[in-house]
Amino acid sequence: MRRASTLCSLAKGAPLRFLSTSSARQGPQVCVVGAGPAGFYVTQHLVKTLPDANVDIYEKLPVPFGLVRFGVAPDHPEVKNVINTFTKTAQNPRVRFVGNVSLGKDLSLQELQRLYHAVILTYGAEHDKSLGIPGEDLENILSARRFVGWYNGQPGDENLNPDLSTDTVAVLGQGNVALDVARVLLAPIDYLKSTDITAHALEALSKSQVKRVMLIGRRGPVQAAFTIKELREMLKMEGCKSVFQQDDFKGVQEFLPSVARPRKRLTELLAQAALDPKAEWLEAWKTAERSFEPIFYRSPAAFLPSSSKAGTVGAIKLAVTELHGEMSETQGVKNTGAFEDVKCGLVLRSIGYKGLPADPDIPFDSKSGVVINSKGKVKGLPGVYCGGWLGTGPVGVIVNTMGNAFELGRLIEGDIKDGTINATTARPGYMEAAKILDNKGPGRARTALARMLKRGSQ
Amino acid sequence: MIRRLASGLSFARINYIKMHCSADILQARTTLKHNFSISSVHRNGEYEYQEPKSEDEVVNVIYVDKNGKEFPIRGKIGDNLMYLAHRHEIEMEGACEASLACTTCHVYVLGEHKDLLPEATEKEEDLLDLAPFLREDSRLGCQIILNKELEGLRVQLPAATRNFYIDGHKPKPH
Repeated sequence: MRRASTLCSLAKGAPLRFLSTSSARQGPQVCVVGAGPAGFYVTQHLVKTLPDANVDIYEKLPVPFGLVRFGVAPDHPEVKNVINTFTKTAQNPRVRFVGNVSLGKDLSLQELQRLYHAVILTYGAEHDKSLGIPGEDLENILSARRFVGWYNGQPGDENLNPDLSTDTVAVLGQGNVALDVARVLLAPIDYLKSTDITAHALEALSKSQVKRVMLIGRRGPVQAAFTIKELREMLKMEGCKSVFQQDDFKGVQEFLPSVARPRKRLTELLAQAALDPKAEWLEAWKTAERSFEPIFYRSPAAFLPSSSKAGTVGAIKLAVTELHGEMSETQGVKNTGAFEDVKCGLVLRSIGYKGLPADPDIPFDSKSGVVINSKGKVKGLPGVYCGGWLGTGPVGVIVNTMGNAFELGRLIEGDIKDGTINATTARPGYMEAAKILDNKGPGRARTALARMLKRGSQ
Repeated sequence: MIRRLASGLSFARINYIKMHCSADILQARTTLKHNFSISSVHRNGEYEYQEPKSEDEVVNVIYVDKNGKEFPIRGKIGDNLMYLAHRHEIEMEGACEASLACTTCHVYVLGEHKDLLPEATEKEEDLLDLAPFLREDSRLGCQIILNKELEGLRVQLPAATRNFYIDGHKPKPH
């Protein structure tokens, strides 16, 4: 009944009405902010271990799943299978998904603390680091994160319009995001056609003039942040050759015997690709029209304008670096004082994500981009927790986020069971939150999507 | 089994048709526009819910959780170790649903049974590089298919008690 009235209300644009007279609910009321893997895994744990808990997952976008939906490359769909696990969680009658609601804008942290027994912040790191060097405001310097959002259909990134009329792209950074964007730029169009890449990106890429993609990193091959599976894909990419600077690999082979797994296999493959490529690769590279060019020991010092296109980037001034101290995976670099310029028409900056405080009451360390917390308990705010990248910093794959979220779930479960969180007095949860939201404006997508998830038609 | 995933609002509506297979056998992945390729074996956890047809089929395994608690389970020939764990609510996740795209089913294969398993493929080894608390006896649970030789197999779930929060630890790939 409530759903029918909701549907009518949405259609008329009127505020939602509720048939329930009581605004308080039994059992612990938990609110999760951010419907990505961290949010869903902590919810999964809580509904399993607290039989009377209700969990409301709020999400800024109209659709859930975060980076699993919008961050995974279109040619890696198996990584997205976890959506099925999350959908099962969302279909639990004690779980509600509320999309199109932004913490800090639509609901404040204080309001959530009042309405729920526990508030769990898992909204990740949606911004990206910038370099802070001269020329960064020139045209055609884009964030790789937005480029990924563009080809994945993330709301807000569809009009990015990257200029693919240049033949040389510089990707700054050497993590998997950098490799993903390089791969999408260099892949044959037929390969991309068979993926779920967005139509507008496919069209733009089919007209792309890009032939060379440089992958520029401050440090050396031993410190590369990408992983072996993604490197293999690039080495075998149809129509694309991999070009390495052999000098970058000085000392790497001598270092190999002391490297433990997991670094070892990756470093071996890199060294092989650079110094002694397999015959089958060389054969394929002979006829390749595009090139993938990892460049190590170069740190961007300034962006230089193009001489032909005013206001657009034309080159990057790179400082030459060298490692100092003993070679190790965590070695640092220093500048040598030498510089080099590389020409390029498009720059994709991929040097890491960055979290931001969504609400002024959230204690935040802006240097590291994380909420100030101790093992998930937010500093100074009892009943407020954080997890996933927002709590640990923006590194880690699904298994890391999962482990972190389960650990957080165990902590909150313990706090509820031992009374650290007093869940004996009822809290209104979504019943009140909906009223606050409705007073701010009608016509939200939120309830419709919640219904969609419950019906199982994702 | 056909699954449809809606990815975004008006843009990028995607249809996946995916046939799962166990272990090292092919995966057919396609969209509605292209030809279907149907594998001969179709498993996504349903097989593991079937009881053994006879004692000859039975393969006993023991799951050991991270605290050392043992869970003896009656499996059968052809069971996928991960889906068998799911059936019995053992705490093993399987985020990518046995498609070699994550490490959430990571287990340690205790004792001599480790040598009776087929060698890990390059794909599995590449993923194991990313598994937290990797050991010599690490394998991905979704790649282990039970047979009579594995009678008495003991697998242990990795610990997950390390503090994941920023404490100066080495950054992981992302």
